[in-house]
Amino acid sequence: MTMPGRPGAGEPLLRVHDLRTYFHIGGAVARAVDGVSFDIRAGETVGMVGESGCGKSVTALSLLRLVDPPGRIEAGSRIEFEGRDLLSLDEEGIRRIRGNRIAMVFQEPMTALNPVFTIGDQVAEVARVHARASRRAAWERAVEMLNLVGIPDPRERAKSYPHQLSGGMRQRVLIAMALVMNPSLLIADEPTTALDVTIQAQILELLADLQQRLGLAVLLITHDLGVVAEVTSRVLVMYGGQIVERAPVRELFRDPRHPYTRGLLEAMPRLGRQRDRLAVIPGTVPPPTHWPTGCRFRDRCAFAWPRCANEPPPEYPVSADHAARCHLVDEPARAGAVAAVDHTS
Amino acid sequence: MSTRPAPSPAAPPAPAPVVPGVLADPLLSIRRLTKHFPVRSGLFGRATGQVRAVDGVSLDVGHGETLGVVGESGCGKTTLGRTILRLIEPTGGDIRFDGVDVLALRGKALRTMRRNMQIIFQDPFSSLNPRMTIGATVREGLTVHRLAEGAAADQRVRQLLEEVGLRGEYASRYPHEFSGGQRQRVGIARALAVEPKFIVCDEPVSALDVSVQAQVINLLMDLQRDRGLAYLFIAHDLSVVEHMANRVAVMYLGRIVEFASATDLYREPLMPYTQALLSAVPVPDPVTRRRRIVLAGDVPSPANPPSGCVFHPRCHHPARDAACATIVPPLEEKAPGHWVACIKQPPTIVTWDAQRQAGATKEPTRHLPVIGRAT
Repeated sequence: MTMPGRPGAGEPLLRVHDLRTYFHIGGAVARAVDGVSFDIRAGETVGMVGESGCGKSVTALSLLRLVDPPGRIEAGSRIEFEGRDLLSLDEEGIRRIRGNRIAMVFQEPMTALNPVFTIGDQVAEVARVHARASRRAAWERAVEMLNLVGIPDPRERAKSYPHQLSGGMRQRVLIAMALVMNPSLLIADEPTTALDVTIQAQILELLADLQQRLGLAVLLITHDLGVVAEVTSRVLVMYGGQIVERAPVRELFRDPRHPYTRGLLEAMPRLGRQRDRLAVIPGTVPPPTHWPTGCRFRDRCAFAWPRCANEPPPEYPVSADHAARCHLVDEPARAGAVAAVDHTS
Repeated sequence: MSTRPAPSPAAPPAPAPVVPGVLADPLLSIRRLTKHFPVRSGLFGRATGQVRAVDGVSLDVGHGETLGVVGESGCGKTTLGRTILRLIEPTGGDIRFDGVDVLALRGKALRTMRRNMQIIFQDPFSSLNPRMTIGATVREGLTVHRLAEGAAADQRVRQLLEEVGLRGEYASRYPHEFSGGQRQRVGIARALAVEPKFIVCDEPVSALDVSVQAQVINLLMDLQRDRGLAYLFIAHDLSVVEHMANRVAVMYLGRIVEFASATDLYREPLMPYTQALLSAVPVPDPVTRRRRIVLAGDVPSPANPPSGCVFHPRCHHPARDAACATIVPPLEEKAPGHWVACIKQPPTIVTWDAQRQAGATKEPTRHLPVIGRAT
């Protein structure tokens, strides 16, 4: 199920540079996304992980300029997609990108569908609006897409209403809608979180299959490191509105360098490890109006020392594709203390 | 309101309840517990059928143990937990707690019994009253059960909050001032206030982020160790259940389809459904490739369950055949302490002759797909 990336396959499809999305609420500024940079190459699957409030979803919405006031993408942020600067496009221009070139699926497959239209109508609507297809051609395209995403008997099922479908089937419909226009990038925000584990397995399999057949690039946003391990080739770990670690998936799991990444990996209960005490990251994610000075993770970090309070860590390179925003990479001697610390208290 | 279901022609006559893992001295014992919800339709809302949310479940929970209940949405696990506490009145069956017939209790006696049995809910956002301080929420049980009053109650509330890892002075704050993990701790403090022996934990960590989930799991395990609490731990997350539970019941469409110690169940899942469920759990290890059993389709509607083995339409057992669609598989002990409802997984009391009469073409054969470590 691993989807191999295509390193060096020309220019990246998406290039995000110093993205900052702030919410100006009263006198306070919530720096939800605060200096995020990353690339996605054609046909690769990139995972974005982190807990609630780390900035994953706002990053995704920013890519499509779907952030509503008081949220604002700050000056100096850059998003280039297929060679175009998305932040300088007018409304009409960005509308043409959305749905056509970049598509998105969300977590809630019920709320994203209109309950009073059949699923066929809703998929066809995309073709009618975006491709100005005729009614008949749009309907045919809808049936073809429903078939593509593995909906059995698509011609009949197209006449169903959303409430007549299970959660897994609804999520397939949303994926079909997202893919009608042959986008080159799919942003999937927690696409399997609301689903049962057996249905999640079906959807992940579908995404992997579509990704391979259509050469689709996927940005998969999730809190589940298991999902990341199974379907992505590269991973971005977010905390405090920033990317705190980035690495190829195997390297991230083999050699995590940021204490937050390490904490996430150790805090997961795993099959085959019974009734051990779980490692714990103390405390909770601070509000985005009050990121700590210096390293934003330091108040939850077992290894923080004065430098972490005084100096925001840059992204230190670990290897060619691997970087971590942690002073431990710069001062590896301090990392020696890692093994000696008991995380489980 | 509800009518008794007509026995299906192929079903054997009702036997004595099969109790997987029966205990000599159980804290809680449930026999043939059933909850049917009427399905209403039409202008006058006539009952036109019924959903068998819990369909004849029998099990024992021991003192101080964690019994895990796993299954997907609609399998009846939440209804089971609520029926035990009589938050939902069961349609039939017996519940005994510490030897007392829970279903016979009324009024004051029921309230007194409830002191021993508490529940922690999944959603820490909607299970706390937003207009009550968390102190008042925790204190409510103390007052109702006359366990403490006045300054003593205040003192007890602070103590309880501290026990669950919150600060005593938080008592005067409101739920919206807390994160999800902190609210779940308040829910735990509220349950502990009345000093129960048994807590139904209904998906207590599902809504929490990984790091906070670990904090709450550790807290629940510490409290169990220190207070000898028994848990019925209901969850859809198999790794969380393996972590918490001593014994595990797997539910599918209102029935227990497998029951074993956590060690046996996870090492050697025998019910094809459990095998598929385990194989579907994403493993946080990009090097280990797993052979996944992808189940076809969705969980069928409990209003219209498949005949015979309720799992047969989605089953991947190589010996699945026509008999599976007609014979209701008895929950039987296939190995010591390991109960499975599958006539194709030997040994079975459903003889090959009986299976053949029901149209079987494939003899039972042991099927134990290697789930992990496949490359």
